Amino acid sequence: MTLELFIQYLFAGITYGSIYAIVAIGFNIIYNTTGIINFAQGEFVMLGGMISISLLPLMPLPVAIAAAVVITMLFGALLEIFFIRWLENPGVLRMIIITIGLSILTREGALHVWGESVRSLPYFVGNEISSVEILGARISPQVLWVVGACGLMVLFLSIFFKTTSVGREMRACAANRKAAILCGINTHNMVTFSFMLSAGIGALAGSVMSPITSTSYDIGTGLAIKGFTVAILGGLGNSMGAVGAGLLLGILEAFSISVVPLAFKDAISISILLIILFVRPHGLFGSRTAAGLKEF
Amino acid sequence: MRNLLSLLPLVGLIIIVQLLTSWTDTTFYLTQITMSAYYSLLIIGLCTLMGYAGQISLGHAGFFAIGGYISAALTTHNLVAFKETALIRMLDGFNILMSGEDIYGDSLMVINPWAACIVAVLAAGLIAWVLGIPVLKLKGHYLAMATLGFGVIIYRIVLAVEYFGEADGISEVPSFTLIPGLEVSGDFGARVENYYIAWGLVIIGMIILRNLINSRVGRALRSIHASEEAAGAMGVNTSRYKLQVFILSAIFAAVAGVFLTHYNGGIGPSEAGVMKSVRYVAIVAVGGMAHLWGALTMGVLLNFLSLRGVFGSYDDAVFGLILIIIMLFAPNGILSLNWKGLLDKISGRTNKGKAAGGKD
Repeated sequence: MTLELFIQYLFAGITYGSIYAIVAIGFNIIYNTTGIINFAQGEFVMLGGMISISLLPLMPLPVAIAAAVVITMLFGALLEIFFIRWLENPGVLRMIIITIGLSILTREGALHVWGESVRSLPYFVGNEISSVEILGARISPQVLWVVGACGLMVLFLSIFFKTTSVGREMRACAANRKAAILCGINTHNMVTFSFMLSAGIGALAGSVMSPITSTSYDIGTGLAIKGFTVAILGGLGNSMGAVGAGLLLGILEAFSISVVPLAFKDAISISILLIILFVRPHGLFGSRTAAGLKEF
Repeated sequence: MRNLLSLLPLVGLIIIVQLLTSWTDTTFYLTQITMSAYYSLLIIGLCTLMGYAGQISLGHAGFFAIGGYISAALTTHNLVAFKETALIRMLDGFNILMSGEDIYGDSLMVINPWAACIVAVLAAGLIAWVLGIPVLKLKGHYLAMATLGFGVIIYRIVLAVEYFGEADGISEVPSFTLIPGLEVSGDFGARVENYYIAWGLVIIGMIILRNLINSRVGRALRSIHASEEAAGAMGVNTSRYKLQVFILSAIFAAVAGVFLTHYNGGIGPSEAGVMKSVRYVAIVAVGGMAHLWGALTMGVLLNFLSLRGVFGSYDDAVFGLILIIIMLFAPNGILSLNWKGLLDKISGRTNKGKAAGGKD
């Protein structure tokens, strides 16, 4: 393998990896505040892409994407308010089934609104064939947009959770919900907020990736499985771990298709998921003791 | 014996439905009822796993597909080209090959459906065993995701491997002669006979599962569902029981896959899809997790409606909606809702109203 080809694969891996990382962080945000794995996480990404594509004829691209993010955030908040907020102590099995049901309904709704056709946003800069040269490899400028947007989101989230009071309240809610209630934090609102936040970052990722990967109504399930793989790989609830694990899985996948047929790409990443689950369920970067204390 | 007697109403109902459709000349309904019965066989197996052992599986369409696809592939791929190889001669020596002619008059040599069925079911059991040992150590989200992942892998494999027909699936699967004169096939003339074959299988399945649930093993399973730690502390070998039920439910799924594939004369990749697994879980949930009769009733009813196309293009959406509504309002299934209490409440209220009205 030449250096150029190596870098080409590497960038393809980083592109997909950063998207997986964002989906995984979306899982983590909700998991941290509620202990729920939201199986509808991939649907937020699909909605973000689809809504911005539909809004594009009406308004300029940045506004369309911003509007799509806001609409998806509202959608996430509504899901939480209508289907999750009022349940008292729901069991894990019950929550799994409810979020799976929500993901099916969202997907089927999208199918009836947008149909089966595959759509995509135009390239933000240039077109399909414009490229920039990095170390001899030629990559699309859109790749830089994806990687940049995902990087900014991670930066924004870490600042948000460290410095703002809402971010701190959400972390308190994650650390110990009862104690957070005693401190006067409205944990219900924090949960709604965590749904909005993860819907928002999912939608933004869905918009910036759309020119490269295209968007259709059924991309959610695949992304959710990959995102969950990454979340587990990085240690459930650990967002920085998710970034590392996302890039790792993306790069592994990119290089795997140079060895095995493309049709088996998903099978490979899921096999990785199964192996990780069997060998290190607390993730590559997590600690076994901390994982043992969590409720699954 | 009581166990068997309680199945008599079901047998009666099955016969009545058949007679009714014959009298009213609507035997075409039997086709969908037969297919629903096969799906229900999978569903009662899954019900035992989910409701009694408390382990979720989002990969049971995978086991169904393993059964259906292996049986279809073995009984369809022509082996004439390999006639002279040692392996084929050995198989022929064991009398498990079937020779014949295809519609163009070329000679055809395939594996006998009985042998294929046994291989398919054993394969599903073996895969469940290998998969179950590590997977059943997981709980909650992890177990759900791991079984979902297994289902996706099977789906990707049947979609990518030429031997399994890729996106087209396998068609022209021959009929399956159970005993001379009784065969599983989709011929219109064999409708009634196949209706009884399917229900015979379901009844055998119900007898096996009801015996299991009412036995020592069943009590152990329920104790695992209630609290795995407590069950373990009382000396129940939790991992062994969980694994056994997982394998049993996989075998039920594979048998359903084998028979339905022969009945339909083919199988496609959609049978292995994630939505199918979710649908099975939905039906078990609607029937009330630990409720074999509920699972059987809902399995036949919902599959029948779905196969008749009642839900149109909203088929998957309907199952998603059912899942959400049941889990939000009746997490123990609609049959377990306190209907009598509800009625009493309503009538009680009106009675009170009347009583209050009488005093005035």
